[in-house]
Amino acid sequence: MAVRTRAGTLLRRAPRPRAVVPRGAPLDRFGLRDLLSEAAHGIGSRPARLLLTIVGTVLGIGSLVVTVGLAQTAAGQVARQFDAVAATQVVVEPATTGNDDSRRAVGRIPWDVEDRLTRLAGVESVGAVSTVDIGTATVSAVPVNDPSAPALTPPPVLATTPGLLDAVKGTIATGRYFDAGHDARADRVVVLGTRAAQRLGVLRVDRQPSIFIGERPYTVIGIVGDVGRRSDVLDAVLMPVGTARADFALPGLEQAQVTIAVGAGPVVGEQAPIALDPTTPEAVDVQVPPPPSTVRGDVQADINAIFLALGAVALLVGGLGIANVTLLSVRERVGEIGLRRALGATTRDVARQFLVESVVIGLLGGLVGAALGVMVVVGVSLAKEWTPILDNGAVIGSALLGGVIGLAAGTYPAVKAARIEPIAALRGSAS
Amino acid sequence: MRRAPFGRTSDVAGRGEPVVRDGPLGPLGWTGRTGRTDDTVELPRTLDDWEGPATSVAPVIELRDLTRSFAGDPPVQALRRADLVVHAGDYVSVIGPSGSGKSTLLHILGLLDRPTSGDYLLDGLPTRDLAERDRAALRGGRIGFVFQSFHLLPHRSVLDNVLLATLYSGVPRGERRDRARAALERVGMGHRLDFLPPVLSGGERQRVAVARAVIASPHVLLADEPTGNLDSVTTAGVLDLFDELHADGLTLVVITHDATVSARARRCVRITDGVLREVA
Repeated sequence: MAVRTRAGTLLRRAPRPRAVVPRGAPLDRFGLRDLLSEAAHGIGSRPARLLLTIVGTVLGIGSLVVTVGLAQTAAGQVARQFDAVAATQVVVEPATTGNDDSRRAVGRIPWDVEDRLTRLAGVESVGAVSTVDIGTATVSAVPVNDPSAPALTPPPVLATTPGLLDAVKGTIATGRYFDAGHDARADRVVVLGTRAAQRLGVLRVDRQPSIFIGERPYTVIGIVGDVGRRSDVLDAVLMPVGTARADFALPGLEQAQVTIAVGAGPVVGEQAPIALDPTTPEAVDVQVPPPPSTVRGDVQADINAIFLALGAVALLVGGLGIANVTLLSVRERVGEIGLRRALGATTRDVARQFLVESVVIGLLGGLVGAALGVMVVVGVSLAKEWTPILDNGAVIGSALLGGVIGLAAGTYPAVKAARIEPIAALRGSAS
Repeated sequence: MRRAPFGRTSDVAGRGEPVVRDGPLGPLGWTGRTGRTDDTVELPRTLDDWEGPATSVAPVIELRDLTRSFAGDPPVQALRRADLVVHAGDYVSVIGPSGSGKSTLLHILGLLDRPTSGDYLLDGLPTRDLAERDRAALRGGRIGFVFQSFHLLPHRSVLDNVLLATLYSGVPRGERRDRARAALERVGMGHRLDFLPPVLSGGERQRVAVARAVIASPHVLLADEPTGNLDSVTTAGVLDLFDELHADGLTLVVITHDATVSARARRCVRITDGVLREVA
């Protein structure tokens, strides 16, 4: 019974005062549409002032977008410039075991490495190379055995597959590089690195000069002028792998050089071992370039720190500008506030109106700033012949940030407007 | 029969019912006829608090022993133990020299200020202890203001200025524009809908202000020196408009120090040093 009594007491308690005066359908009272329309009129009545008000926000948001945009664009650009060397180089070697003093290979690179790797997506050129052990044989341009001459260290002899020249981004100074035919027939032809050619005194190949390795003559068919990597090639005598196997019993390939497309590193790194040795892929070591994202991250960090600080300062100034102008506008529109209160606006209606006005001003600043920022990024990219890269989310987020700043800046003026007494307000101004 | 554009008065006029201007029977003509939802002042829960006579309908305005004093040294009593009853359909002028408490009375009547003691009943509803939110709703729905300085928004068109009053008073969204046009037509400003207030003459501005005041079908129109900024010709025009509105059944309280204005009213109340006295 005690429960029932208590419930009865609760029911008889005086109702809350708020529902005393009916207000008509809620949808017909100062709603979102009215709020936005009134705020738009409030803002639009002074276009020149609006422009001045949003300048700070425009600058702040603009610099933010430019910062992010240029950082992203530059990072993309950096990744592209890496292609010349590191970002596109993959080196494949047999895995080794043992300590530093005595290492020995646990796997091998198959002779048809070029065929196997060229099929992989992202691989642009493949070449394999191996040192040829010529024993005590000499390398010379003339077959003269001069016992009185001091014994010179012969230039190193390297066996390569035909694709190596492309794989190390080499160029031919004169003549040509050997091809798959020389390789298959084990023709006795060599190509000289430019320094090896100077040392041997072979300067031209149009008269089909020969060099002698031990007692066997080899026809020089070309001279390599320059290479992008593995510059030891320039000091060496290069012969087809087939020739090296026939004449010097080459036991295997030491290294494969692969040129890949930018960004293909992870894929090639994963697939190359399987392509080369499907049963024991772990017997092949593949060194791929670092993923571009880490490079980009490093670059971004540098640029962002400075510009973001600038943007933050500009945003702060912009927010203060909005707060200032909204406060001024509240002071100027005291009469209007009093009138609205007399017409039935609650303090909350008044506060909301000024808050929405400053949010809209902030949003406008954000939109204009973001648009200008995008234009600057595109303009700079155009001038530098870069590809502009901009994150959509960052741009939209920046524009919305303007609204948030407007919200923060408008809070104090809105509260101030709500606190204005209608009597004083109505007595004040006339229009 | 004259057609009034705004709901309440047009109902009265449209039905051709006699509007009783004075006396205790006057308010009987008001309740329950207009079909407006917010006419239901006498909600059950407020009836509990209501101390007035349950048999007859309450007057629009009732001041009960109302005092408003302002802190100071010595304290200023702007209104002293004022009693005033204004029935629906009344046309009351309040006269008095400046500083006599006219403005304070208007602020109290307009729910812009609260009495220090005593109470003010609007449509029988005690207002002194209402929440500010409810007082705002009453202002929007039951009271129309006309100011000496017009208080029109200079950057908004005449139509927008009138529409402003519909925003807060719960006038159905779909009816707003039609009602604003009709109200402006009613005050003779139908040809100036898109004008901005600064290009209008004083009399025209005050007509727009009157249209704004009556669009939400208020129960009472409070005018504070409505002709204070007007010359004699336009003053006569505005007063004629008041007469017409009154003839349509609107309750008017006009505060003025101008004898020609108060002469038009059916009742006249003089206020001197905060004391109200009925003038015969």
